[in-house]
Amino acid sequence: MDCVNYLSDCLTSSGWAPWLADLVSMLLGVVLVATVPLLTVILLIWVERKFAARIQDRLGPNRVGPFGLLQSVADAVKLLTKEDITPAGADKFIYNLAPIIAFATVILMWAVVPFTPIHQGADLSIGILYFAAVGSIGTVKVMVGGWSSNNKYALLGAFRTIAQLLSYEVPMVLAMLLPVMLAGSMSLQQIVIQQQGMWYIFMAPVAAMIFFVANLAETGRAPFDLLEAESEIIAGYNIEYSGFKFGMFMAGEFMHVFTAAVFVVVLFFGGWSGPFVHQIPILGFLWMGLKIGFVYLFMLHIRNTVPRVRIDQLMAFNWKFLVPVSVLNIVLVALVLKILQTIGLTPAPGMETDFVANLPQTIVLLLVNLGMIAFVMSRIRNLGREQRPVESDAAEIVPVSAAH
Amino acid sequence: VIEINPTSIAFFVFSLFILGGALGVVTSRNLIHAALYLILSLFGGAGYYVLLSAPFLAVIQVMVYIGAIAILIIFSVMLTRSMTNMREVLNQQWGWGALVGVLLFLFLVVGMLLPVWGPNGAQAAAPVSDVVTTTVDLGVALVDGNQYVLPFELTSLLLTAAMIGAIVIARDDEQN
Repeated sequence: MDCVNYLSDCLTSSGWAPWLADLVSMLLGVVLVATVPLLTVILLIWVERKFAARIQDRLGPNRVGPFGLLQSVADAVKLLTKEDITPAGADKFIYNLAPIIAFATVILMWAVVPFTPIHQGADLSIGILYFAAVGSIGTVKVMVGGWSSNNKYALLGAFRTIAQLLSYEVPMVLAMLLPVMLAGSMSLQQIVIQQQGMWYIFMAPVAAMIFFVANLAETGRAPFDLLEAESEIIAGYNIEYSGFKFGMFMAGEFMHVFTAAVFVVVLFFGGWSGPFVHQIPILGFLWMGLKIGFVYLFMLHIRNTVPRVRIDQLMAFNWKFLVPVSVLNIVLVALVLKILQTIGLTPAPGMETDFVANLPQTIVLLLVNLGMIAFVMSRIRNLGREQRPVESDAAEIVPVSAAH
Repeated sequence: VIEINPTSIAFFVFSLFILGGALGVVTSRNLIHAALYLILSLFGGAGYYVLLSAPFLAVIQVMVYIGAIAILIIFSVMLTRSMTNMREVLNQQWGWGALVGVLLFLFLVVGMLLPVWGPNGAQAAAPVSDVVTTTVDLGVALVDGNQYVLPFELTSLLLTAAMIGAIVIARDDEQN
């Protein structure tokens, strides 16, 4: 009996009632899946601070524990001992509910992440939609937190945040359609299995880029960190929160960034697929961890090197660039994919996981994507040229000193 | 006879969500609280879909009703803060409304109980249908010429028209 991978069968064979064995193993799975991101985030905060420090030519945390590794633990203890302030006139119940929602919605996403071929919380047939649905609940935390604080700045911050979150959900969901189309399934496990031959980053690079950027905005990371804008305004919707409630918002945010990296890897970088993963399923954790680390460090690099955008630029970028491009992307790739299927260039049934069988459609789709990028870029360049003043006009502008 | 197993426990928990949430919606004075109760109630509905092996509908319920409609309600309530704690009764016909509500609820209860526990009942033991449909079947049904392609396209047209209408209304006047 394979007790490591199938606890439920193991318990049943030792005399437990089948439903009790199922329930216990499920509960254990839930606790496990919810604890992994929690423990990871403690380490991630350290990684993030070290990385940011190196970019800014500093040392970063290096006092608590070896290499400052225990700094986040110390911070968590510090947050626990801080005074917990509830503002006068706050709606107490909702005020306390918001941090819990912030935390829970991120952890819930982990229920459908396929870690290895056999380790997964739940292989839902609509896993990818579940991710979008749980993410959309996350908007509630902002509203509830901003409104219940009884602070007009928190309320204004909440409005801005909601506008951003709702807007960027559109290109994110549109980009997620591409892996679904290519894999022919909405189950995340199935999407990963289909990618064993070829990662979808090569078949749908435009969708991957849109998904990545939209996720940066959804998680409120620079250059889209208008939710907090630490250096300009004090904080957004969570301005009144202190102590551990603030800590929960912060941990939720860190976890959301990490979760976004996980989903980028699952949808476009082949998830757990790697050498020998079918012989030793546990290796999936390693391959997936490596890929996630790469994507996560890329996110950190962007956060620390790109300046913040203005709110009007943020909205214009979404509605005038990302959304039209994602719609064009879907229409074009769907059309090409259908043509490829008709003329028989897609892998034959049963050959989807074969590298060579995937090559023809990958090459065609890659070319289509590159063509799309070239088209969009030249369009942007022409728009920029039209908006720039013509040289003769520029010469007529009178210098300020001469006008007086 | 109700069997106690995880499914039936989940059913009662979700029922509690739906009924408690619905009660909260109609009894709370605070509009934001009412909207949050509505979310709880809708969430219970999504749970029902999961128990009925319709995960696609469950997720769509969460995305559309909680992620879009409930958020829209809260958003508009937040903009009108003075409305969140209304004390005076503005609706004069609430008595009639309550009567109609109770009658409709009675119809619903009778309509649900009679087919199952009525004189010709006992269909409770039989499943509604043996056909297992997947999300793929649903997708095919929506674009199949023999099934629902016309309603699907008409709905899309309606939604597009509504979207264009919203843009036209919200747009700045070009002349000014």
